[in-house]
Amino acid sequence: MYDVIIIGAGVSGCSVARELSAYNRKVAVLERASDICEGTSKANSGIVHAGYDAKPGTMKAAMNLRGNRLMESLSRQLDFPFRQNGSLVLCFSEKDRDKLEELLEKGTKNGVEGLRIVEKEELRELEPNLSGQAVAALYAPTGGIVCPFGLTIALAENASVNGVEFHLDTEVKEIKKLEEGYRIETSKGVFSSRTVVNAAGVYADTFHNMVSGRKLHIVPRKGEYCLCDKTVGNYVSHTIFQLPTEYGKGVLVTPTVHGNLMLGPTAVDIEEKEGVNTTGQGLGDVLERSGLSIQKVPAGKVITSFAGLRAHEDGGDFVIGESEDAKGFIDVAGIESPGLTSAPAIGEYVAELIQKIIPAEKKEDFIEKRNGIPSMAEADKEKRQELISQNPAYANVICRCELVTEGEIMDAIHRPLGATSLDGVKRRTRAGMGRCQSGFCSTKAVEILARELGKDIGDITKAGGKSVFLTGRNKESDE
Amino acid sequence: MDRKAEIVIVGGGPAGLAAAAAAYKRGIDAEKIWIIERDKELGGILNQCIHNGFGLHTFKEELTGPEYAARYISQVKEIGISCLLQTIVVDIQADADGKKRVVAMNRKDGLFEIETEAVILAMGCRERPRGALNIPGYRPAGIYSAGTAQHYVNIEGRMPGKEVVILGSGDIGLIMARRMTLEGAKVKLVAELMPYSGGLKRNIVQCLDDFGIPLKLSHTVIDIDGKERVKGVTVAQVDENRKPIPGTEEYISCDTLLLSCGLIPENELSTGMGVTLNPVTSGPVVNESLETNIPGVFACGNVLHVHDLVDYVSEEAENAGCHAADYVRRMEKGEGGKAAKEAKEAGKEAGKGKEEGGMAIPVKCAGGVRYTVPSLVRPSCMQEEQIIRFRVGNVYKNAVLTVQFDDTVVMKINKRVMAPGEMEQIKLKKSKLEEFPGLGEITVVVEESRL
Repeated sequence: MYDVIIIGAGVSGCSVARELSAYNRKVAVLERASDICEGTSKANSGIVHAGYDAKPGTMKAAMNLRGNRLMESLSRQLDFPFRQNGSLVLCFSEKDRDKLEELLEKGTKNGVEGLRIVEKEELRELEPNLSGQAVAALYAPTGGIVCPFGLTIALAENASVNGVEFHLDTEVKEIKKLEEGYRIETSKGVFSSRTVVNAAGVYADTFHNMVSGRKLHIVPRKGEYCLCDKTVGNYVSHTIFQLPTEYGKGVLVTPTVHGNLMLGPTAVDIEEKEGVNTTGQGLGDVLERSGLSIQKVPAGKVITSFAGLRAHEDGGDFVIGESEDAKGFIDVAGIESPGLTSAPAIGEYVAELIQKIIPAEKKEDFIEKRNGIPSMAEADKEKRQELISQNPAYANVICRCELVTEGEIMDAIHRPLGATSLDGVKRRTRAGMGRCQSGFCSTKAVEILARELGKDIGDITKAGGKSVFLTGRNKESDE
Repeated sequence: MDRKAEIVIVGGGPAGLAAAAAAYKRGIDAEKIWIIERDKELGGILNQCIHNGFGLHTFKEELTGPEYAARYISQVKEIGISCLLQTIVVDIQADADGKKRVVAMNRKDGLFEIETEAVILAMGCRERPRGALNIPGYRPAGIYSAGTAQHYVNIEGRMPGKEVVILGSGDIGLIMARRMTLEGAKVKLVAELMPYSGGLKRNIVQCLDDFGIPLKLSHTVIDIDGKERVKGVTVAQVDENRKPIPGTEEYISCDTLLLSCGLIPENELSTGMGVTLNPVTSGPVVNESLETNIPGVFACGNVLHVHDLVDYVSEEAENAGCHAADYVRRMEKGEGGKAAKEAKEAGKEAGKGKEEGGMAIPVKCAGGVRYTVPSLVRPSCMQEEQIIRFRVGNVYKNAVLTVQFDDTVVMKINKRVMAPGEMEQIKLKKSKLEEFPGLGEITVVVEESRL
């Protein structure tokens, strides 16, 4: 019997896991994908929101603010990329100025520090590549950018090091409430646990509704993005939002923490919980609407596009807490934007809830620091030489666009919860994330994966399951 | 481990190899020439091009890619040119005194620097990925660049798929249509966005027609289906603005999508050191000596502009090797600092001003000509015959190719057909140029015949 079973190894689940790992309890995470960070957490804006958006008094507002405040120290503790670059919400017409004021007021009420309205001239100084259509903007110095994979993987690795079990490729099929605790049927057998944390993203309603009469309903809200080459990574330095206009909610333009430029997302409610396909319409919209914020959208510099699904609950707020008619079943549901920002706060909050249900002692040997994979791309000459002297594989470049070496890929495979797929290597090292999008390095990375995992290259996948790269040997007939 | 060289060649593919051998023949000591290659063998992409058709111009016989490469590799080895394999160049810097510092690393030597007089850029090109094409749909396994598929089939002996659709009719895509078919896959379709193929005519005949593989021009992939592995693609016809025409969509089930949608010269190192690129070719702007705006930095092969035949790469690279050797000799004679300075200043004026070796005359394009290499010519530095290479931007039938010195037509050639897939060339005579003192510009024009 586990004390806590967390469903879902996204950023929320991993954050809860990491917080819980500081205490003496038996905790496991169940994840249907072959890797952590395979759902909503891998496909979003990577923004650390300042917190002016959420309605005062909501769970979103509270978690956002707290998450924003925790992010920097967490990034140092767990060694993941984060930068406070500040954000700007552009207002495009004098008649919308009141909306800007409203946002300022809301933010102030939420406790966001340093908010102020900047006028056209200052705006141009801050961001020379803006389109010129903006008349004013709300400036939020506490806005930031984070690597969503870096954050999620760091949390998971640290939780794992501190004793949380991660069961990957383990899909939850059925949850039943027992006299004491819950029985969880999965594709890999049955688990039982005193409490359950439901952090299942777009499926959180499905699991919640298995045990509670107070139904949740989550709509997958698709967001499509375009990611541009690093040559235009400095096109803007702040995260540029748009006030909603008569043409829609608006898209953001932001540098990423790794130095790319990102445009998006759209917001379309869809039926299918697996509908992470991009569409011609969506990608077209992203490019067009970005043109409202910036002059000359660098459409020719797009290196990839992707779509993610936000888990929008009908109530519009995060649903975090113990279900009233299912004791010990704790929802972390409806975690759409600002979910990534809120993750550290959600972990903290849920850990406090669990402490009330199953009080436990803090571990004396809790390891609170985690070191990431060293980056040759970011290292200076001395650091590079030091790494190479430790392991010559750090001198063997595999991904030349992002300068990722064999040493880093080997690290990614062998660390706790290491990569087992090409996407896993990519999210941990950035190999294949550059302008050639793995055209050059994929064959080499697949070879290293096979070698290090003792597998045949034919068994290496893009992202687990049936996503194999090779279908057989030359001249091999079917069956 | 820091070293000194006279010429460092970045890339050990066909361009780098030919440049190295030529520099040696032009008088540079073998141990002063360094080839830096990131792969574990010399030969570059030729190693996976196991089909034949290479070397018809150079050797008057049909060789496979590895055979063609082997001829140059054995030359380089016999000469004793220093080759660093599995070594990546991280950075190149041009110092004020004209010397260049090449920063590289490998497993054996770690991070090190080579100081050199001249650098020859021969890094080749890469394939345009799905992301840059912005094809909508899912992102499953089973989408490969044609070159990646070629690696799996020809180097690993593995099949990347069984039922294949190919987007783009570039040469590698055409070659792979045949290869995959011969190895047991079913190639269902080659779709080409443009109304003409980007590949060589001979490849369309030998790789598609001979195997009954359909080629649909003015068609593209507008959706990719399949969550884990590709299950199918939707292909649609496009209008003259390359926009899909509603109602023409067709779903084709397949487990593999190969992309052969153009090649992009790999100039990250070049731009990093300040080399100016031509936005049309994405390769460096060079003069008649294949020298970039940085004196002593030369470029050749597919890093300069994408070639159709490797024979022309070799020829061009030999020229670059000779010019680099001449540059090193001039520097030795002490013309270094002065010449470099002059050329640098001249470079600032975009080829109009006085350069080392006299006035540089711009070579301009008109009509259907998309670009020329070189795009600057200094008559005093020319050899008697100067090759100008170019490509056209559309299919031209009964075309007239003219070369003008200012307003005077000095050359006029009738061409039955010219296509974007084929590289064209003209030869300028130094003696002819000398008849035009004070010449302002040379223009290469391709037009449909008015007959």
